[in-house]
Amino acid sequence: MASSGIKDQVAIIGMGCTRFGELWDKGVDDLLTDAATEAATSAGMSIHDIDAFWLGTMTSGVCGVTLSRPLKLDYKPVTRVENYCATGSEAFRNACYAVASGAYDTAMAIGVEKLKDTGFSGLTGIRPVGDGTDPGLSSPAAFSFLAPSYAYKYGVDRDQLKEVMGRIAFKNHQNGARNPRAQFQKEVSMETIAKAPLVAGDLGVFDCSGVSDGSAAAIICRAADAHRYCENPLYVKALSFVAGPAAGPIDPGYDYTTFEEVVRTAADAYAQAGITEPRAQLAMAEVHDCFTPTELVLMEDLGFAERGTAWKEVLEGTFDRDGDLPVNPDGGLKSFGHPIGASGLRMLFECWLQLRGEAPADRQINTVGPGRTLGLTHNLGGAPGEGVSFIGIVGTELG
Amino acid sequence: MSGGIAAWGTYLPYWRLQRSSIAGTLGSGGGRGSRAVASHDEDTTTLGVEAGRRALAVGPGPGAVQDLFLSTPDPGYLDKTSATTVHAALGLGRASGAYDFAGSSRSAVATLLQALALAGAGGRGRTTLAVLSDLRTGLAGSAEERDSGDGAAAFVCAPEGEVAEMVGRGSASDEFLDRWRVPGDADSHVWEERFGEELYVPLAREAFAAALKDAGLAEGDIDHAIVTGLHVRAVKATVSGLGARDGVLAPDLTGSVGNLGAAHAGVALCDVLERAEPGQVIAVLSLADGADAFILRTTDALPDAQRARAEAGVPSVAEQVAAGRDDLTYATFLTWRGQLRREPPRRPDPERPGAPTVHRSEEWKYGFVASRCLVCGFRHMPPTRACLSCHAIDQMQAERLADVPGTVATFTIDHLAYSMSPPVVGVIVDFDGGGRYRCEMTDVRASELSIGDRVAMTFRRVWTAQGVHNYFWKARPAGGSAADPDGERGE
Repeated sequence: MASSGIKDQVAIIGMGCTRFGELWDKGVDDLLTDAATEAATSAGMSIHDIDAFWLGTMTSGVCGVTLSRPLKLDYKPVTRVENYCATGSEAFRNACYAVASGAYDTAMAIGVEKLKDTGFSGLTGIRPVGDGTDPGLSSPAAFSFLAPSYAYKYGVDRDQLKEVMGRIAFKNHQNGARNPRAQFQKEVSMETIAKAPLVAGDLGVFDCSGVSDGSAAAIICRAADAHRYCENPLYVKALSFVAGPAAGPIDPGYDYTTFEEVVRTAADAYAQAGITEPRAQLAMAEVHDCFTPTELVLMEDLGFAERGTAWKEVLEGTFDRDGDLPVNPDGGLKSFGHPIGASGLRMLFECWLQLRGEAPADRQINTVGPGRTLGLTHNLGGAPGEGVSFIGIVGTELG
Repeated sequence: MSGGIAAWGTYLPYWRLQRSSIAGTLGSGGGRGSRAVASHDEDTTTLGVEAGRRALAVGPGPGAVQDLFLSTPDPGYLDKTSATTVHAALGLGRASGAYDFAGSSRSAVATLLQALALAGAGGRGRTTLAVLSDLRTGLAGSAEERDSGDGAAAFVCAPEGEVAEMVGRGSASDEFLDRWRVPGDADSHVWEERFGEELYVPLAREAFAAALKDAGLAEGDIDHAIVTGLHVRAVKATVSGLGARDGVLAPDLTGSVGNLGAAHAGVALCDVLERAEPGQVIAVLSLADGADAFILRTTDALPDAQRARAEAGVPSVAEQVAAGRDDLTYATFLTWRGQLRREPPRRPDPERPGAPTVHRSEEWKYGFVASRCLVCGFRHMPPTRACLSCHAIDQMQAERLADVPGTVATFTIDHLAYSMSPPVVGVIVDFDGGGRYRCEMTDVRASELSIGDRVAMTFRRVWTAQGVHNYFWKARPAGGSAADPDGERGE
């Protein structure tokens, strides 16, 4: 298998991100218009200067007209993509390849999701006509299998693990409390987290990400042209994506303590970017904390902690905003909710702010510096053992 | 060989409602004992499937069945045959017939009589699986609700290998209004009890006398007598009129599981077959819009059948009566029966499955048939064409796993998923001999479930959406744990 990547061939020259939340007064069209306009302004260009568009959304629209109609784009190529919770990242990945191929000078990746109009709790999704044999478990239930399995495998007491999960939620809400774009901008005490009602298995309400509306966008050009638009662009170092064979639910060998899709994309992405010590070389990571045990397992799958040790690192504060490796400094899915199509680009937006030193002082991470200029974004779609995984790595320097 | 009953099976649901709990909620009514309660995911079709599986576990087996008869007063569908669902779930051959005998509870006895008649039709006898199933409700606080029960019985009637043969039958019919229900109604109406009693008792006497005459036997020749019917007073009066000697009258089971309606005579007969000795005479007298009596004589093949069933672990009626779980709350019972409309989770209702989609996966959905790779042996659930392990394509062999036990690899409790009885218990099951499947667990309290618990599969109605019943298999506790294989929880 050859995955050569496109390291340093394309650059991000502008980004935009709406506030995420229960935006009762904003429709899909408004969210797209806000994110696209902000991104174009930050790149110092007009939306109509952009050559091609990739739109990521799972449930808020189906074809390219979903974007061209509200923005009144004049006969531009707009590709709508969907890849579950990695949808926003997938829009970005494809836009990058289009520019790297030389087909277009500039492209926009934009993601949007309007979840709060359905009136339902959690995600609803769109499924093809089925045969009625799917057990129909909710997403929290599917991910809740991780907690007891992890506890069992590494001999962690279930109550201890519950505290670890709570600590992850506590950390992400602490970060989100300082972020004006977050859905939840309030710190939550460990006690409140621990006492929350259960949703599935050991997962309480605060172990689950919220449901929100939002949109985010990025504009990409060839790396060589980046300084025509932007003083301090972000260079794309790695893009990796896999869809697994959905082995987990049918393979007795799967033990629900890892995401093989993530392990594969991490190895691929690190190879593309030339990373050998992710924990030391990355300045930050935005990971898919859909549920707190997901973030726990990801710390090991992404190589940030040895197998069986992430729970200790979490309690020691390794991944706090002021820790060795800040994870989800913007507050993550926990604080932003998860408008599917937008989340991947929202993660990238945090790299855009933090790596370029544009985050407000009260939440700027202190890990960025000479020799540590890279940020990682990670999306996971589906459920443990049956999903897709995306990893992107961006940095402020070429080479 | 004149043909007769060659195998039998019963299914009594796991749950029991203590009658006292009715009074505890409503302030009146109730009574002593308990009734069997089909779970929220069971209907007469699924009860019938479970009874059928047990009837086919030993004896002639599914390959011998030429016709399937399903009789119930509460069919899953009208117009559409429910017997075809049972047929598919039992993995019966495409060339066998599948027919519903729905309507009054009298149809059930007729169904068994018809199957016995076909078995004994000279040299052209046919092997029939006769399934009698009932699920009885009634308005909250009614005698019907209190006294009824849910269950099913199944009989393989075959031209040979019989453990009991028919030696005589008699019937008496009359037109009168005793118990009735307009199609679509959930509850039955009954006329003043004494009216029915006065009509039933002579009808029963006449049918019984005719059967004895047909068999050339006298009352004193009867070793086991079964008298059933939904009219409780008429049954009692008939029994006292028989003057049967001690030990002849079979236990009527109504105190522990309730009156199983159309299934009751069948379940009571199975109970007798599980205890009877060869060469004994069994009389069944059923009161339903008239009376039907038939007399069977057990054969020398009975002890072998009894032994084979015990060895195969097929639960007897007595074992099922004893194993019932009687801490079901009345509020839960009412919810399951649709009599208490509860706030659903804030989630979309399920969509009805598509007819072509379902038909394409018929073997999996109804028969729980997996595929095993002929190249590397990896077992796939659901069946797939491409092998997960070795990537071979179209090198698969079908394997029915409905009767293969498994072990809980892990589980969760889902408070958000749609269910008539939340929370949903989701389990990952690793099957003996390979194969893993994630499914719903039923007949369990989540707080009592552990990793390593042993499970068996059971056919259930998962939900009904837009008038379409969605049937599929779920796991249920099988007793014991992989870590402690001797631990028994019973059936």
